[in-house]
Amino acid sequence: MSTAKVEKARFADDAIRELGWWKAHRFLLLRRASQLGLLALFAIGPLWGLWLLKGNLSSSLLLDTIPMADPLVTLQLLTSGHVPEASLLIGAAIIGLFYALMGGRVFCSWVCPVNMVTDLAAYLRRRFALPRTPELPRQLRYFMLALVLLLPVLTGVAAWEWLNPVPVLYRAVLFGAGAGLGLLVAIFLADLLIVERMWCSHLCPSGALFALLGKLSPVKMTAVNAKDCNNCMDCFVVCPERQVLKPALKGQSPIITDSDCTQCGRCIDVCAKRVFQYKNRFTFQDNPLQKSPRIAKKAENEQ
Amino acid sequence: MARQESKTQGINRRQFLATTARLSCAVALAGGGIAAVASSQQLGPQAIRPPGALAEQDFLSACVRCGLCVEACPYDTLKLARWFEEAPTGTPWFEARKVPCEMCDDIPCIKACPSGALEQELTDIDQAKMGIAVLIDEKNCLNFKGLRCDVCYRVCPLIDNAITLERSRNERSGHHAMFIPVVNPDTCTGCGKCEHACVLDEAAIKVLPPHIAMGKTADHDTYIDTENTTLDMLNKGFEL
Ligand code: SF4
Ligand code: SF4
Ligand code: SF4
Ligand code: SF4
Ligand code: SF4
Repeated sequence: MSTAKVEKARFADDAIRELGWWKAHRFLLLRRASQLGLLALFAIGPLWGLWLLKGNLSSSLLLDTIPMADPLVTLQLLTSGHVPEASLLIGAAIIGLFYALMGGRVFCSWVCPVNMVTDLAAYLRRRFALPRTPELPRQLRYFMLALVLLLPVLTGVAAWEWLNPVPVLYRAVLFGAGAGLGLLVAIFLADLLIVERMWCSHLCPSGALFALLGKLSPVKMTAVNAKDCNNCMDCFVVCPERQVLKPALKGQSPIITDSDCTQCGRCIDVCAKRVFQYKNRFTFQDNPLQKSPRIAKKAENEQ
Repeated sequence: MARQESKTQGINRRQFLATTARLSCAVALAGGGIAAVASSQQLGPQAIRPPGALAEQDFLSACVRCGLCVEACPYDTLKLARWFEEAPTGTPWFEARKVPCEMCDDIPCIKACPSGALEQELTDIDQAKMGIAVLIDEKNCLNFKGLRCDVCYRVCPLIDNAITLERSRNERSGHHAMFIPVVNPDTCTGCGKCEHACVLDEAAIKVLPPHIAMGKTADHDTYIDTENTTLDMLNKGFEL
């Protein structure tokens, strides 16, 4: 990403000066706490026998009563022709409903451990100003999703689970299956050296499914103060799905409707002008039109 | 991409179709690779599934690899396979020689399984078929040498049922008896306690998955059920 045109020293300096370091990293820190905290909740079971959560992200049991299950792996079982126990279906429905309400890819930024790996790669890219590389088409992930659901039909086994890095990382931590960590190194290197945000923003079928689940979610990131935008482009630098910002900053509605948005809140963090806020899209009607044509221009160039 | 202004729509539709075609090809290739690797992952000859596990192919389409069975097992028998171990990644298995199944009466591993990969219908652990013990090395088995080791026999939870000691004449000394451990494949649960306990450096008795341990007669072979076949022949007036 070229920040060369922007006349200022460092990325997000304005925000840190304006809001203070802590506030300019608020959602980043909260997200890390959430991602690591959940992993810890799973891990204290096998480590110390504190069984609040059993299992892993693929399927788990909360307090020995509430089942939860990953919708993607559950769909794979169904397309393979296997009819699972009711508890798995209920678990998948609970998780599906949760993310439909909370904003689908909130899973990606607040729960998924792979996000920490790919964020690290993105941070290093930014830090060392690595050159932007050719983009992959972003719809690739929906093809991946289709593939993942088609493979069980063709092979009869949930083939994707052999490779899926999301449970691989969890299993590595919880069940000592360390070899899978090589896969995460591969993702890290691909993100760092081949294509910016290669895994999460282009390939991951879990992210694709959660994006679909979050289509109708009431919780949305919103450019409430788009009129204050000073065109610093910091949000574009930090956003893992920067294509979602453009319509909100220049369009009819300041709500980021694109469900690719991971609801990570980094755009809130890095914006000195406090442009962004989480909003309930159905109660948020007061600022219907805040065009900011300068952003539109800039965004167009950056895309 | 697809979401651009109308003046370039013609080009975009063509681009869109081209991209779609390219993506489909790329993804199909990737899919072929994943499917090939994933289905090349096979259960090793001594990798034993938990009690109640479906037949391997069905098991692989059912198990979500959550590890709930592993966490439920009080004896740390089960583990989730790592990459390139004896079982497909993330699925539960055990090595009898290391930690056998203790055949819990309440079968907590099955109760924990949310996917049906372990059959809830199995409620009597004595009916489990995790594998079948085979006395695979008669050369080194101490009982075959005329000693009274009997360890495998004595640790079996189904002693005198799944495994018995059959007495026979010791031809080597000419005037001693040999007590030969014999496994009854119909009642052996495959728990692996015998393999675990075998005193040799390498166990002479090994638990194998049923599909390896058992032969299979051809469907047309009449001697599968000799009694009825004979009766049939007699009823039809078989001439002697
Ligand atoms: S895109 Fe996939 S790997 Fe990335 S954060 Fe989302 S679920 Fe995790
Ligand atoms: S728009 Fe904001 S909340 Fe959404 S992904 Fe980008 S930085 Fe995160
Ligand atoms: S029956 Fe008991 S010991 Fe055997 S695998 Fe299940 S939980 Fe473990
Ligand atoms: S509990 Fe069932 S679904 Fe989960 S890992 Fe064990 S066998 Fe597989
Ligand atoms: S595996 Fe061995 S110990 Fe277990 S039931 Fe069979 S013969 Fe007995």
